[in-house]
Amino acid sequence: MTFVTGKMSKIMDTSTCFHCGTEVSRQDVIRFDEKDFCCTGCKTVYEIFSQNDLTCYYDFQSAPGATPSDINGKYDFLTDDKIVTKLLEFEEASTHIVSLYIPHIHCSSCIWILENLHKLQPGIGSSQVNFPAKTVRITFNPDQISLKTIVELLSSIGYEPYISLENYEGDKHKIDRSLIYKIGVAFFSFGNIMLLSFPEYFEVEEFWINQYRGFFRWLIFFLSLPPLVYSASGYYVSAWKSIRAKMLNIEIPIALGIIIMFVRSTVDIVMDYGQGFFDSMCGLIFFMLLGKLFQQKTYNFLSFERDYKSYFPIAITKILPNGEEEPVQVYDIVKGDRLLIRNQELIPVDGILISEKASIDYSFVTGEAVAIEKKSGDKIYAGGKQIGKVIEMEVLFSVSQSYLTQLWSNDVFQKKLESQHKNITDRISHYFTPALLLLAFVSFAFWIFINVDTAFNVFTAILIVACPCALALTAPFTLGNVLRIMGNRKLYLKNALVIEQMAKVDTIVFDKTGTITTNKKTAITYEGNELNSEELYLLKNTLRGSNHPLSRRLYDYLPPQKKATVTHFEEITGKGVFATVEGHDIKLGSSQFLKHLSENTHKKTKVHVEIDGVYKGSYVFNNQYREGLEQLFDQLSTQYQLVVLSGDNDGERKILEKMLPTGTTLVFNQKPEEKLAYIETLQNQGKNVMMVGDGLNDAGALAQSNIGISISENVNVFSPACDGILDATQFSKIAFFMQYSRNAMKTIYMSFGVSLLYNVVGLSFAVTGNLLPIVAAIIMPLSTITIVSFVTLMSNWYARRNYR
Amino acid sequence: MSVIYFLISISIVVAVFFLVAFIKAVKSGQYDDDYTPSVRMLFDDELIKKTKNNNQISITEEKQ
Repeated sequence: MTFVTGKMSKIMDTSTCFHCGTEVSRQDVIRFDEKDFCCTGCKTVYEIFSQNDLTCYYDFQSAPGATPSDINGKYDFLTDDKIVTKLLEFEEASTHIVSLYIPHIHCSSCIWILENLHKLQPGIGSSQVNFPAKTVRITFNPDQISLKTIVELLSSIGYEPYISLENYEGDKHKIDRSLIYKIGVAFFSFGNIMLLSFPEYFEVEEFWINQYRGFFRWLIFFLSLPPLVYSASGYYVSAWKSIRAKMLNIEIPIALGIIIMFVRSTVDIVMDYGQGFFDSMCGLIFFMLLGKLFQQKTYNFLSFERDYKSYFPIAITKILPNGEEEPVQVYDIVKGDRLLIRNQELIPVDGILISEKASIDYSFVTGEAVAIEKKSGDKIYAGGKQIGKVIEMEVLFSVSQSYLTQLWSNDVFQKKLESQHKNITDRISHYFTPALLLLAFVSFAFWIFINVDTAFNVFTAILIVACPCALALTAPFTLGNVLRIMGNRKLYLKNALVIEQMAKVDTIVFDKTGTITTNKKTAITYEGNELNSEELYLLKNTLRGSNHPLSRRLYDYLPPQKKATVTHFEEITGKGVFATVEGHDIKLGSSQFLKHLSENTHKKTKVHVEIDGVYKGSYVFNNQYREGLEQLFDQLSTQYQLVVLSGDNDGERKILEKMLPTGTTLVFNQKPEEKLAYIETLQNQGKNVMMVGDGLNDAGALAQSNIGISISENVNVFSPACDGILDATQFSKIAFFMQYSRNAMKTIYMSFGVSLLYNVVGLSFAVTGNLLPIVAAIIMPLSTITIVSFVTLMSNWYARRNYR
Repeated sequence: MSVIYFLISISIVVAVFFLVAFIKAVKSGQYDDDYTPSVRMLFDDELIKKTKNNNQISITEEKQ
């Protein structure tokens, strides 16, 4: 009952925007065409669609849109032909093709509207959406329409493309589809050989079968060549490499098994001993490639390789000495240039602020959501975003020499870390391979005194049957499945190897701002004399005029109030606001501004309130910690050494010490390079370090650590280069993921046991010299199926058991 | 019974044809995006209705 009334009242005073679904209060609603809109931006998009008869957009999904943002002048650089050429995928006289990444693509309405772009704008030939990759590929005629117009059109309907410096560098990596081809070829041969082998499985000594036996066998021989030569080629290469590196990896017995199988089978049919093992050979290759494919889970919409280039704009506006504005490519910016930075634009280089003041949001860099106020003459660093008015700055360093981008010149980013550690299968095969070879030679030596023919038979049979198909499949299938389950639970890992690494971690390092604190909304609490509704009303109206970030947050925090006329308004930079509303004097701001000296709380962010000369109290902006942080650290502290690494001052040391389990190391005032060095020191002490961070300033530490996990509020948008991206809502589940990775390894060990059992059974046939082709043909797929179902069941069971 | 040579050859040729078709399809990128086509397929009805409407209105209502 209460629920219903609650909902009713909600309907009474708020309504949702028809276009973007934002809740708006009744009085602010814009009515148009009998529909509610939250702002003119949304209304305009609706108008564009309805004029062009594209309102179907709203039929597939309710409120699918996004509010178009102000892009005035942002894409001026697209008039530069050199830049445009770099962005185009295909360029010819009357046809240009461009692929644009649009983060907002999220539903079928998006696909529909983007594929009907040609109805909005003549000159666009066709457009095709790739939903998983969130890209749209637009073909257009450059005589009728420019790329700039297209980008502006997309922005005006709420689908602003994301164009960064990375697009400019533009080495479009090719997609490697060879694994699919290999599987296709292997499956083709496997299927046909199985069919052709059927008559001989039953060994009917019948006239017709005997007559065509030779034809069937030679056909099978030729069919087995493509998988042998093409599909299995990766195993020979890998085996050869590991022999040269004097390591015994799993590929050696596999390659050996395949080759022996082929040679022995060929000898069999040439000498007319039997039908050979071509069917098992192709099946083996097919199943193992399938395992590889299964392990290859890629998240198309995510990128794990981002560096500063994917954040930085391609071009920025430069002010020429004569006052003219001109777009300039960021690599061409030199010391002494004057740049114009608009609202929401990223500052690409370090420089000095020339305009009177700026408020710069460094959340990309530090994860800190509160914008920082800068005054004329202050140094501003690359990576910040200007919020508010247009500012001017003078360049001190070029892009590559800026404070933040210099981090990328560290060695960690240069060397590609080709998995220097041995994976679990290789470690097992380190024992398995010599044991197998030993067994083969001992049996051979034993039989050679009895019968030379049998000796060769046994020798080859051992290598065939022990070909560690099941063993090699265990890890790919388990890890592939775990990767998918983790993906469903919103931890997106770069590849399956990361899971093995995760199971080995003994030290977890957390960044503070943006990682263990949320940067979405900071909890605001009030201290002092309770404000009555009249006072709240005055306060809200005072705040309406102020652009200071704290004012904006406080404004959003206060309940909606009626509008009042502000007769006097004055904002003193760095101090506060003084206003007269309906005859009342209101003073907001710092304690010095209000001349109110409170107790020692200068480390907290506070906004003090004074109404008509009477001090009322203050609003405290707490750094809000993520939900479940304390429980998470309690769970983790039993098994891991925990470290909190922060770039901030130690203002919150007391709070953190109280909240987090004893033994948690707290380190403050860490610069990006120092974070990296700290991780390195831990590693030198023999620790396996996992780093959990978010901003660009953690990029070095994320790259240095054994595993770097990046926390992201919106996985589609930003995260520095890392091994895994964790959705911020799942932060409290980190303990589960750690536990799960260790259970995954346990599953692998168990299934190694099962596959060794199969090997023992197969070997007992082989050693005694009784391995018939049909036995091999049955054991091989059977073991594969058992292993695959075993690991799938186990990993799903573990996932369910530990997830709360 | 020597027809079996002929029949088996045909069956292999058919199988090879499908293998080639598969590889061609993969090569042309048809399997790269396995989600959008399934959604796009359902749009056709709206498109036909739309183009009809559009022809009548587009003359008078052309966006700028």
